[in-house]
Amino acid sequence: MFQIRIHGRGGQGVVTAAELLSVAAFIEDQHAQAFPSFGSERMGAPVVSFCRIDSKEIRLREPVLEPDALIVQDATLFKAVDVFHGLKDGGYLLVNTNKSFGELHLDSVVAKLPAGHIVTVPATELALKHIGRPVPNAALLGAFAALTGTVRLDSVAKAIHEAFPGKIGDANVAAATEAHNAVAAARVRTAA
Amino acid sequence: MLKQIEGSYAMAEAIALCRPEVVCAYPITPQTHIVEGIGELVREGKLARCEFINVESEFAALSVAIGASAAGARAYTATSSQGLLFMAEAVYNAAGLGLPIVMTLGNRAIGAPINIWNDHSDAMSMRDAGWMQLFAETNQEAVDLHIQAFRLAEELSMPVMVCVDGFILTHAVERIEIPSQEDVDAFLPPYDPVQVLDPREPVSIGAMVGPDAFTEVRFLQHYKQQQALSLLPKFAAEYEARFGRAAGGLLRTYKADDAELLVVAMGSVNGTIKDTIDEMRAESIKIGLVTLVSYRPFPTAALRAALANAKDVVVIEKSFAVGIGGQLANNVDQALRNMTVAPRVHSVVAGLGGRPITRAALHRVFRQAVIQPWEATHFLDLNERIVAAEIHRTRKKRRSGPTAENILKRLASESSFVPAE
Repeated sequence: MFQIRIHGRGGQGVVTAAELLSVAAFIEDQHAQAFPSFGSERMGAPVVSFCRIDSKEIRLREPVLEPDALIVQDATLFKAVDVFHGLKDGGYLLVNTNKSFGELHLDSVVAKLPAGHIVTVPATELALKHIGRPVPNAALLGAFAALTGTVRLDSVAKAIHEAFPGKIGDANVAAATEAHNAVAAARVRTAA
Repeated sequence: MLKQIEGSYAMAEAIALCRPEVVCAYPITPQTHIVEGIGELVREGKLARCEFINVESEFAALSVAIGASAAGARAYTATSSQGLLFMAEAVYNAAGLGLPIVMTLGNRAIGAPINIWNDHSDAMSMRDAGWMQLFAETNQEAVDLHIQAFRLAEELSMPVMVCVDGFILTHAVERIEIPSQEDVDAFLPPYDPVQVLDPREPVSIGAMVGPDAFTEVRFLQHYKQQQALSLLPKFAAEYEARFGRAAGGLLRTYKADDAELLVVAMGSVNGTIKDTIDEMRAESIKIGLVTLVSYRPFPTAALRAALANAKDVVVIEKSFAVGIGGQLANNVDQALRNMTVAPRVHSVVAGLGGRPITRAALHRVFRQAVIQPWEATHFLDLNERIVAAEIHRTRKKRRSGPTAENILKRLASESSFVPAE
């Protein structure tokens, strides 16, 4: 079972991101479970959502306590909540920021993770460019597909199109694709 | 059709497949998405010949359902928590009048203190109102139970509450098979009421009944629920034959055959318990599970048979009656009454107000039940230090202030999070 925890703020599409990820996994014939952290969500407040992906039925109903991957949609959260709680050794970290891990004072944390498992993506900038709104979730899912290989980009695109038909879907897929390609290129450079 | 869909919307689709003629509900978290979904299906014309009635309160919602049902319509409503309390008088009336209304209860805690999260306090508050109460383990079962609920309700002319864990199920997006209209139509015949308000054949429903007949009317309610004990397994078997999926019935067992320790639970926590049992079985611990689907009627004989060979029974429940303990544990105790050699019953109250029930905590409490059993009720993951501090405070000072606010303040002052550097 692969478990993902998504941290963001109300209005950034944190819950939608987990749902879209579960649909992408479903499209690939995987079992998937997406659920929010059930707070009284409001704009700007820290929000958490979860997604589990497995090849067999998922029965577990506890929150994701030991994630295999963390998606952080808002880098200001590192100062507000214990984002890294329970992150597995060898886990993945994907952060929406135009800064480096060093500039975010996360060097000691990322040093514990495998080199190819950490990446930053300017997802908000990509969202503004393609969608015209600061909603980073689609771009982050594209990046997530490239980083972990848990789902494919075309499944993410299909999930986005199902939820958002028409132009909005196209714009989100464009953001996801650019983020995906940037992360895939960075991974090739890391490997080399 | 197999879909990756939110539990609430899957239930909305399943309820629409049952062709309700009147749906009336008042929104309350976490039930809202279910009735929103049905409202949308009515508006889009996908649920034909159905009137969606907006009402001003939960009391009105069930009152309208009562009127609609008495007039011969298949009627549905849904609520949660305080909403169920607000309709309480009508809840008893629907059952007492014998009207086959189906209601979804998106299980949520009851305040004060106000809390929107999941537990079973709301279902337990109406456990004695005369409704049948079925608990869904998964969203798939929630879909399947609604279809069976209409059949059962109308067969017996008695209302059914389908209890679905708020948020944990209602807001989870997962893989759910939505049945076909043809299969649902074949399983669920059109509503043929045993009593109906019809101007062509006038009757009155809801007469004043004095001491000469009240006991008999009540007894017949009980008699109907006893009949449900055989109808539930019958409908579940029929359902499985048609839909290819086991759902409903009185109870289910998991790895129970040779189990010395048996867990009893209702609702979505059964999934986490099964994963925990698999881990403990890998350590050669003989542990199994009895998942209760029907809480009302209470399957006393079936449960007694399922538990008969265990040494220890751990009841995990998301509710408790202040002053006595877990309602389910008390009912389990009653099922084991007068057995020559009865298993020991250990009562655990867990998951109140949305506190997660984790595998780690379940491992601990299952082991403790055998090695170091406790008296009365064990509160899983209770923060004993915070409780002790508050008790100490209230003893020191007469005007100690509001308990909930005191505890929140203390928790905030102890928050130890330091950002990474």
